[in-house]
Amino acid sequence: MNKEFKTIKTEIRLPYELAYGATWTRFFEGMSNQILYGSKCEKCNRVLVPARTFCPRCFIDTKEWVEVPQQGTLTAWSYVNYRYFGQPTTPPFIGALIRLDGTDVDFVHLLGGFDLSDFEKVRKIVKNGMRVEAVWANERKAHIMDIRYFKPLA
Amino acid sequence: MSKKVAVVAVAQTPGAESKDNLYDQAYHVTREILDKSGLNREKVGTIVSAASDIFHGGISCANSYYWETTGAFLKNASRQDGESLFAFFYGVMRILAGHYDTALILAICKGSENPENDACTLMFSDPFYQRELGIQETIAAALQMRQYMDKYGVTKEQCAGVSVKNFRNALGNPYAHKRGRYTVKDVLESGMLADPLTELQVAPKSEGIVAVLLASEEAAKKITDKPIWFKGYGSSLDNYFLGDRNLLEGQLPAAAARAYKMAGINDPRKEIDLAEITEPYAFQELLWCEDLGFCEKGGGGKLLESGITERTGRLPVNPSGGVLANNPYVSRGLQRVVEAVLQLRGEAGEHQVDGKRKTALAHGTHGFAGQCHAVAILGS
Ligand SMILES: [Zn+2]
Repeated sequence: MNKEFKTIKTEIRLPYELAYGATWTRFFEGMSNQILYGSKCEKCNRVLVPARTFCPRCFIDTKEWVEVPQQGTLTAWSYVNYRYFGQPTTPPFIGALIRLDGTDVDFVHLLGGFDLSDFEKVRKIVKNGMRVEAVWANERKAHIMDIRYFKPLA
Repeated sequence: MSKKVAVVAVAQTPGAESKDNLYDQAYHVTREILDKSGLNREKVGTIVSAASDIFHGGISCANSYYWETTGAFLKNASRQDGESLFAFFYGVMRILAGHYDTALILAICKGSENPENDACTLMFSDPFYQRELGIQETIAAALQMRQYMDKYGVTKEQCAGVSVKNFRNALGNPYAHKRGRYTVKDVLESGMLADPLTELQVAPKSEGIVAVLLASEEAAKKITDKPIWFKGYGSSLDNYFLGDRNLLEGQLPAAAARAYKMAGINDPRKEIDLAEITEPYAFQELLWCEDLGFCEKGGGGKLLESGITERTGRLPVNPSGGVLANNPYVSRGLQRVVEAVLQLRGEAGEHQVDGKRKTALAHGTHGFAGQCHAVAILGS
């Protein structure tokens, strides 16, 4: 829709190619093998997931790689049912924070594995504190969506 | 060396779309603040601008484009990318350091021309992990709101009450972008975005070229008989990844404590007379009020219901309508300073708070769910 005054429409499209770096290369390659890697900080003893090169609080290298359980507890969720430019995931979807067992930070991902079309039904199923489990994609590309979503455990 | 710094003049554009272009608009605001203060361009010591380059401006290295619109030709000037309350403090420090008598702070954002805020803030997400999941600022805020309501029993009606108050306050603010008389029901039924957030609980994208002229004590006395003094400032930054943070135990208490210490404030509930805070999502006003020490943890909903934070209350919060009513993304923190100054000078017009007010707080935040906070204290 044109505005009532003279405007110019312009788009900025620029290609970038960004390095994953050693730690995240290993983390995402782990995902392609259905493994979730975290890093344990030897100072604060926290297990961080995804894996990190350094603990952002203690500001020291993390040295220990740990394989993180694929089940956890839902700590926050949001049912998203609108579109925005650049959106990689098709609405409706549920953004979620999940505390994977044995870890000390929340893992950001999506919830799914049930009918998302009706929010009123979704609201009856999804509660903070519920148990969830990773569901892997059949074709994996060393990418965050190698996990399709986390599904509620009965 | 100056021991004190004052705000001596302010200027801003309305938040609604204008047909002016950014370049001319920035010039007009700079011209206005110079005319108000009786300074010519040559007399301005230094300039600090705030803008968010490509995402909120459509032009990269944008300061090179608009420097001359700020009067910076042949001057020492620099640009803060992101939250403009940081730029305010850089200007204060330049005067305190003794090198300059005056500093112009100019925040530039023409939201009407940008893609929607969610498209811009999706690019704040790291490209490997959060962005590929579609996480942007609104979804991050919705996750924070869910935890807030769950933990403290704050109701969605109380959260919606912030929108009711702030849109109503904005009826008296000629610079506001959105305003209106809404009920809690209107707000809750305004259409779901990222549940539990509805449309009227999410700030718009607005225009805002916002200017503040700072001066040393000596210079201030020559420019105005109503200087508003800088009293204190603090900021604090949390970890980046959303899951690394405790979204309900953020960095605002630390930022506020630093500002209160500098300003010599012991009991903010008694000593702060009004607050202009950055609440791009309605519930955040409640959470930030708690973090600023205006009430106990989890008490934000009750604080709102008590009426204390109304424009007629003991501690008005966002008498201008806040960021819900006007959200020039980068400029919103500096705009809180401008609104606080107008109130302390008694020049806020129809949205002037009741009674004499001596001390005001201005707050800015950027990053998901309040990753980074800044607090400034001003006094008459
Ligand atoms: Zn650590």
